[in-house]
Amino acid sequence: MEVSIWIFLLLTVLKVAVVTVLLLMSVAYTVLLERKLVGRIQNRWGPTRVGPFGLWQPMCDGLKLFLKEDLLPTNVYRPLYILAPIIALSCALITISVIPFGKEIHYKGVDLFQIADVNIGLLVILGVTSIGVYGVALSGWSSNSKYSLLGSLRASAQMVSYELALGLSLIGVVLRTGSLRLRDIVNIQATHGLLSWNVIGGLQFVAFFIYLISAFAETNRTPFDLSEAESELTAGYHTEYSSMKFAMFFMAEYANMIMVGCVATLLFLGGWSSPFGNLLPAWGGPVVQALLPVFWFVVKVFFFLFLYVWVRGTLPRFRYDQLMGFGWKFLLPLAIANIIATSLWLAYRAA
Amino acid sequence: MHLVLFFIFGGLCVAGALNLLLQRHPINSALSLIVVMTSLAVLYLLLGAEFLAAAQVIVYSGAIMVLFTFVIMLLNAGAEVRTHGSKAAYIVGFPGAAALLAVLTYIFLKHRTELGSAKLGGYLVTTHDLSRVLFRDLLLPFEVTSVLILVAILGAVALARKEH
Repeated sequence: MEVSIWIFLLLTVLKVAVVTVLLLMSVAYTVLLERKLVGRIQNRWGPTRVGPFGLWQPMCDGLKLFLKEDLLPTNVYRPLYILAPIIALSCALITISVIPFGKEIHYKGVDLFQIADVNIGLLVILGVTSIGVYGVALSGWSSNSKYSLLGSLRASAQMVSYELALGLSLIGVVLRTGSLRLRDIVNIQATHGLLSWNVIGGLQFVAFFIYLISAFAETNRTPFDLSEAESELTAGYHTEYSSMKFAMFFMAEYANMIMVGCVATLLFLGGWSSPFGNLLPAWGGPVVQALLPVFWFVVKVFFFLFLYVWVRGTLPRFRYDQLMGFGWKFLLPLAIANIIATSLWLAYRAA
Repeated sequence: MHLVLFFIFGGLCVAGALNLLLQRHPINSALSLIVVMTSLAVLYLLLGAEFLAAAQVIVYSGAIMVLFTFVIMLLNAGAEVRTHGSKAAYIVGFPGAAALLAVLTYIFLKHRTELGSAKLGGYLVTTHDLSRVLFRDLLLPFEVTSVLILVAILGAVALARKEH
């Protein structure tokens, strides 16, 4: 069926707008989730004053950051100082465009639950993440402050190192699927519910843990948050930033967390597929059936965000040499071993 | 549509390359090089080589150029001082560049009938096709290349090692 290019364009723009707004909202509420949960872990309440359960807190924080004075320290290298937060945030937001949130449902020839169905979706995600390193690297360099420089050096070295283990841990999944398209990767896991998810049925639990650990390092989160270790570097690479520029780094960090959760969900936990497979009877109308996969997707991503906060409230920080040693000497060989084991198993099964 | 994109990113590529040469500060040059690499990736994508485009972004823009900027940041390199250039560059460089340009133009013009077959957006080389060629027809050269890279890595490690 041939659709008019204008309808296609309009629907796509609408889709992009909706997804971006939802993503930014979830970024704001992830911050609240973190503050509430860490509060409870540390036996205090977290924000409670603004609205019921502190639900309006993110709005007020956003407004506050927006209205704050935007300070430009002396002797910063201006073009890059301004460019860095833009790179960081845009790279964090672009990746959402290839994520499938639900079953492939076409309305007037436009896929409702995915912005762009790319053949090389997984590589697009890896590529955009690898560009995101520049936001961190340039912010530290252009700020003309030693804390920022040290923080950004640590962060970019850490991100480049853990990207290897992260990329290699995904190869097992790609081998099982035989495709880099995210829809194919989810579809192969959607057949028997929980049992066909890559982490269980695909025997990729080692890869899953490698991915999880590297993802913590990629997003610079505790226990790998050396780039902003507040006890030694005040705030790391964004020390000199204020107002919206600081907010952009902040949003980029949380958007990256969400993205990593989405990718883990898609690759290891079956994406939008229900854990019960086809055991549950199909109830409700077509609308419910279309939205149910989205619900499962959101639940799984939420699980990852919860895990992030839980780990942050529990674990102390790594030492820098331990961090590097762990990445290069333990995770990387383990990831390679996982690739070899997976390919041998697949070859044995195919023979 | 494809042609418009080609002109935008081709122009960006050339502008980045010129900026790379004209900028005085190494970090600006490095960033221009990233622009060149990334717009090249878009050109690959326009020619239908999607895997190559992704690999270009991940390997060149994402990994190699990060190391470039890293080194510039670590060495804290300042702005370069302009000189009048060496005599050797004037005597050998300009005629050499002109000769190279002439040879390239001659070759391209001579083979333009065969080279004209590449179309923008006409076809798509999927990762499947690429891997079939790489791991079936060209397996030996591929593996030999990886051994070559391994040797290079070992050489780098041997050079960087501290003597005890």
